[in-house]
Amino acid sequence: MKSSIIDRLAILADAAKYDASCASSGTAKRNSKDSGGKGIGSTEGMGICHAYAPDGRCISLLKVLLTNHCIFDCHYCINRASSNVVRARFTPQEVADLTLSFYRRNYIEGLFLSSGIVKSSNHTMEQLVEVARILREEHDFRGYIHLKTIPDADAELVHQAGLYADRVSINVELPTDAGLARLAPDKNTGRIEGAMGEVKEHIAQNRDETKRFRHAPRFAPAGQSTQMIVGADAASDADIVGKANRLYDGFGLRRVYYSAFSPIPDASAVLPLKRPPLMREHRLYQSDWLMRFYDYSAAEVMQATGADGMLPLDIDPKLAWALKFRDRFPVNVNRAGREALLRVPGLGVRAVNQLIAARRQRTLRLEDVGKLTVSIAKVRPFIVTADWRPTLLTDRADLKSLVAPPAEEQLELFAA
Amino acid sequence: MSMLPQADKDSHYAVNVPAPDDFTFWRDAARVLVQCRVPPDQIAWGEPGSTGDLFAAGDQPLPLPPANAPMVRASKPFIQAAEAAICHSDPARFALLYRLLWRLQGNRNLLDDRTDNDVRRLDELARSVRRDKHKMRAFVRFRAMEDADGQERYVAWFEPEHHILRSNAAFFVNRFSNMRWSILTPRGSLHWDGEVLGEGPPAERGDAPDGDPAEDLWRRYYASIFNPARLKIGAMLKEMPRKYWKNMPESALIPELVAGAQAREAAMVEAGALEFEERPATLPAIDRAIHGCRKCPIGELDNQAVMGEGPPNATLMIVGEQPGDQEDRQGRPFVGPAGQVFDAHMQRAGIDRGTVYVTNAVKHFKFVDRGKRRLHQTPTAKEIDICRWWIESERHIVQPRLILAMGASAARGMLGKTVSVSKARGVPHVLEDGAELWITAHPSYLLRLDGPAREEQERMFQADLQAVAERLAEMTG
Ligand code: SF4
Repeated sequence: MKSSIIDRLAILADAAKYDASCASSGTAKRNSKDSGGKGIGSTEGMGICHAYAPDGRCISLLKVLLTNHCIFDCHYCINRASSNVVRARFTPQEVADLTLSFYRRNYIEGLFLSSGIVKSSNHTMEQLVEVARILREEHDFRGYIHLKTIPDADAELVHQAGLYADRVSINVELPTDAGLARLAPDKNTGRIEGAMGEVKEHIAQNRDETKRFRHAPRFAPAGQSTQMIVGADAASDADIVGKANRLYDGFGLRRVYYSAFSPIPDASAVLPLKRPPLMREHRLYQSDWLMRFYDYSAAEVMQATGADGMLPLDIDPKLAWALKFRDRFPVNVNRAGREALLRVPGLGVRAVNQLIAARRQRTLRLEDVGKLTVSIAKVRPFIVTADWRPTLLTDRADLKSLVAPPAEEQLELFAA
Repeated sequence: MSMLPQADKDSHYAVNVPAPDDFTFWRDAARVLVQCRVPPDQIAWGEPGSTGDLFAAGDQPLPLPPANAPMVRASKPFIQAAEAAICHSDPARFALLYRLLWRLQGNRNLLDDRTDNDVRRLDELARSVRRDKHKMRAFVRFRAMEDADGQERYVAWFEPEHHILRSNAAFFVNRFSNMRWSILTPRGSLHWDGEVLGEGPPAERGDAPDGDPAEDLWRRYYASIFNPARLKIGAMLKEMPRKYWKNMPESALIPELVAGAQAREAAMVEAGALEFEERPATLPAIDRAIHGCRKCPIGELDNQAVMGEGPPNATLMIVGEQPGDQEDRQGRPFVGPAGQVFDAHMQRAGIDRGTVYVTNAVKHFKFVDRGKRRLHQTPTAKEIDICRWWIESERHIVQPRLILAMGASAARGMLGKTVSVSKARGVPHVLEDGAELWITAHPSYLLRLDGPAREEQERMFQADLQAVAERLAEMTG
């Protein structure tokens, strides 16, 4: 007998919990009032996180698998063919109903649907597309849809998926080809990147079409993303940053997500025994920010790594870079250009913008800078103000311990 | 309130804003007061229900600005921030906004100076209002109920921190335009019937319905989607402060999820991790280790581990499936009936077994007891994957450049996936370390055949060995 919806939801959500991607932002704005009030849903450009889980990650979408049956045998994956997890599957109608039921109660922004591969790649992809079709066509659903595309599915199916979905993604899984060959023997870098290239083409073509015909349907307006597992193979942070950079450049990806390898039940012996520190994943995200918002090149981020190619865990990559290139400091906050200010550890984009606006009105003193940053102690050794100049502080051997804060304190959740 | 014809230079004014979020009223009054040059400290701003009128004089009517009064200037960023900040519950917000407007007349770029305390406070108020609006969009939880006319209505109870209900209404109208819904708060209520938005009086928690069948599903989803191996409570609390928890059905689960996380992670690790230590550095060390290995159920049977044998620097490694009955008794690979078939073909192909490292994908003999006989059982994919640790350890040490896998199990031990022998045989497959893998049938398969079928398979097996022999000759050339 088929088990109840709630039991299957538990299995198919549990199986989806290793996927790091959750964003529901950056898509076209639309709402159900515009559609004459017949449909449901809206997207605002900025996604909304409707809840946070105890792992600190946001819940903005119903993230489930259509099924966790799979004919592939990827070693890091709990759903691989040779694993003996409990299997379950939803029908497309069931997923659509669940999405609407949650959406109407304002639990979610939409759906993030992925799947194990059943029968064939095309069969599986057809089922995913069918869920999106029911939502968009039968219910005029205007919320967010993210579809995972299945490796080796027909380009035509992927195209259909992109016409219904806000975002499509295909995971590169491992940062190196050797890692992929070893841990995902049924997958292949060339085919994964080929699929990304096709999606990139579709997006570019569609941008052309929407320019010429205003009502042409939008193809994946929130672009494509991918995910890499960190710590399951021997790839260093430098390898990972390099790979991410090639993906951003080559395929115009919106986001590369990192997922620290977690121990999975029923793991295979070729996996490492220990999970990497979560801090490693965090440092990779920070380096991603440096590239996307602070104008660091991938090569510069790699300069922040140690001899082993790893980013330091105890300090953030921006500080690590600054400590290596001390001759670039101190920076005069009353005169320096934006790019130089953005390199100062402890000054974020917001603070830099505010500094630049404020200094048009007055000459900034250390106290003024202090009002714009979280920790003046961290910033002080790297800047010059009207009343402050770090005397050779940037040459001190113990600079790192001076500016690196002690390990973050865990908030006590259940203290009275 | 009427306006007097002239502004008295030293008069004090008490201005009561009729609704706590009435920006238009505040803007109109503030414009007049600036034009009449009434300094900030001569105005007491209040909203209905607020106590303590500084000047106790009651409502002093606003003055009339002189005909030649200059235009009042307010930059766009100021208007935007002020529109948000006016919704804040801080009673001092009207006065702060007026003080800033007053100062803006002398310095039109005042807002750029984020080191100024008034500017910073404005920014704080505006940000905290925007955050509260955002949290309302996120944390409102509708419950389905039936209206008097039998139609479905979705009703939510929410407790905003600031006066954001009205300015947040459009979001909900746009998103849920085809539903009937109500949002009830202690500061007022909103009702949408599919066409018209109505405002209602403050409500109480008891006015909202209690449960909804979908909440069980939602809670189960919430409990399942989080990964207990990565607890980050601080990050959760930062974004979902406890003050919002009481009206969210899922948050009641948090204490038990956190408490259970460690146990759940431990279970995940135990079910998953195999606790192989570092790879042994020598072949004898592997031999010792596999004798103690119980990582899969085969090791629990009444058997002994069988180590590979041959030169530790052999160019060719040949991999079988697992030890059989004879191999298990003697503790050596390929000595039973299949081993004899294998030896015969090797001789014919001209490969000296003494130069080859011969081993198995699985190190223990898997069988079922049938009285006197022990019946061979094929290992499962999972057992092969677990035992792969050992064959890989051997490969690390021997570093063969050529590998011949005999049978599907051996091929899986090399590739990590199941392939069909009939499709994969006869051509080299390059492994990640550069070694060349050839695949053929297992000799025990030949033993199970008769007549022409056997002849056919023997021929193919021989051909595969021949190809390997030739490739080996090329390599060692
Ligand atoms: S068959 Fe392999 S994995 Fe299983 S107990 Fe023996 S040596 Fe260990």
